[in-house]
Amino acid sequence: MARNVTTQRKIITTAAAWTIGLIIFFPIYWTILTSFKTEAQAINDPPLFFAFNWTLENYAIVQERSDYMKFLWNSVVIAGGSTILGTLIAIPAAWSMAFVPSVRTKDILLWMLSTKMLPAVGVLYPISLVFVQFNLLDTRGGLMVVLMLINLPIIVWMLYSYFKEIPGEILEAARMDGATLKEEILYVLTPMAIPGIASTLLLNFILAWNEAFWTLNLTATNAAPLTAFIASYSSPEGLFFAKLSAASTMAIAPILILGWLSQKQLVRGLTFGAVK
Amino acid sequence: MGQIELKQVTKSFGTTQVIPPLDLIIQDGEFTVFVGPSGCGKSTLLRLIAGLEDITTGHIEIDGKGATDVVPAKRGLAMVFQSYALYPHMSVRKNIAFPLRMAKLDKAEITKRVEGAASVLNLTDYLDRRPGQLSGGQRQRVAIGRAIVREPAAFLFDEPLSNLDAALRVGMRLEISELHKRLETTMVYVTHDQVEAMTMADKIVVLNAGVIEQEGTPLELYRSPRNTFVAGFIGSPKMNLITGPEAEKQNAHTIGVRPEHIDVVESGGQWQGTVGVAEHLGSDTFFHIHNTGLAEMLTVRAIGDVSLRHGDAIHLNPRADEIHRFDAQGLRIS
Repeated sequence: MARNVTTQRKIITTAAAWTIGLIIFFPIYWTILTSFKTEAQAINDPPLFFAFNWTLENYAIVQERSDYMKFLWNSVVIAGGSTILGTLIAIPAAWSMAFVPSVRTKDILLWMLSTKMLPAVGVLYPISLVFVQFNLLDTRGGLMVVLMLINLPIIVWMLYSYFKEIPGEILEAARMDGATLKEEILYVLTPMAIPGIASTLLLNFILAWNEAFWTLNLTATNAAPLTAFIASYSSPEGLFFAKLSAASTMAIAPILILGWLSQKQLVRGLTFGAVK
Repeated sequence: MGQIELKQVTKSFGTTQVIPPLDLIIQDGEFTVFVGPSGCGKSTLLRLIAGLEDITTGHIEIDGKGATDVVPAKRGLAMVFQSYALYPHMSVRKNIAFPLRMAKLDKAEITKRVEGAASVLNLTDYLDRRPGQLSGGQRQRVAIGRAIVREPAAFLFDEPLSNLDAALRVGMRLEISELHKRLETTMVYVTHDQVEAMTMADKIVVLNAGVIEQEGTPLELYRSPRNTFVAGFIGSPKMNLITGPEAEKQNAHTIGVRPEHIDVVESGGQWQGTVGVAEHLGSDTFFHIHNTGLAEMLTVRAIGDVSLRHGDAIHLNPRADEIHRFDAQGLRIS
């Protein structure tokens, strides 16, 4: 029998869910709202919610002062590149851990995750030195590699858990059918894991897009992505809240839209009627 | 051609040896069934032949050529799995074509062979469906289709019918047997169901704890089981195994009498007891008999509907020439 849910209970839980959702969304909402105010209105006390003169002035100034398209392109290249690079490495890694585990597989997975527990600033100095040595400072390639490495444990973990869901017999069948390892991964495993791979790619892209520590520390002008674009408006002198908000809105808009369009893919699980 | 020969093959997982040294020859064209209780190593043995598991020591030869270090794809064997293991993202057509595509055959040849296999297996109407849209029996046929298009040296079946319901299982059993008659290709079939083994096999290999207890034709195993394990495993319902004074009378440690070799008589039988459960199947009646003083329970098969009920006294006569005798080690005394 299904659980008995009263109307009252439904109303309470729905209200609670909306409250939490709105609290989480509020900063983003406030940023977008502020971007349409003048600088004076942005710091008005009490805060202005609707009753202000909506203006696009900030967007115009931001557009005028900096080349948004260049930052956007850098973000796309860096986030996209690190995602593709990471996936190419993570698929075989996750395959081997999911389908031919050794006694150390669990340890390796945990060890990989442990690198995420290290504060990034702890390795800032060595990585900066490497970048200087190999002339990688302010290059998109260098940043791509660093972001890929930062997110690799998460990609491997996610793919590993998706692959674990795929019955090993199907891969064995492919092997019996004459598929080489490459063909097995390419024609059988990957298509079956597409929902999992897609959500992993998407999450990784979002993480790389929003990554600020490394992008700010390792770039100057040439390879600077949108995070650097936002940072350039948080100036210590003067009050540029409205312009900062406009820059932030422009920076998060593409990823917000991408996330919106692909939310179905993000939550879709591995539901196949393959066996039994 | 598809002769498979195992020479002193062993398999260990870590320090546990699941297959002690084992020799076996599967003749070309033979339908061989590996049967045994779960955990007896029959599936492992099949996977060793397939190459999905590496053998620990020993040699495997297929058609006289060493196959020990050959990858599964190159052994020329096709396998049908218990879970069917179809590719869920491909249509039936693409599933069946997959091994041919891997073998880099040209398109026209692939189409011809896929359609041929589909018509043999009555799958022509389902070629463009996905496995998820098929019933269990149809999926099983697709799995078989994927195996036959390759024209392999031998087919390996790993409990292929255990996911099907009883009626379908009988039907598929016949289909596989007919397929074997038509193709005359070597088939190695793993099952825990001795009825499948008896009905399908040219040769049955009875396994227990990784050891071959006996190999032979179904009737050889039925008529002269080499030991008490085979005696108890082959035949349904199970053979009655009796120890104690009754066995000693026959100069044996254990005697075995099959349920169908004990006659129910009106009175004055050699053995007596009371009926526990009576299973009336119409064509036969199975009696589970207690208080015989011979064994915990005796099973007797009577032809037709015998109207004895729970608690009734029953008189029995074993057929003297159908009594199997075993020594203290459980080995047959001929």
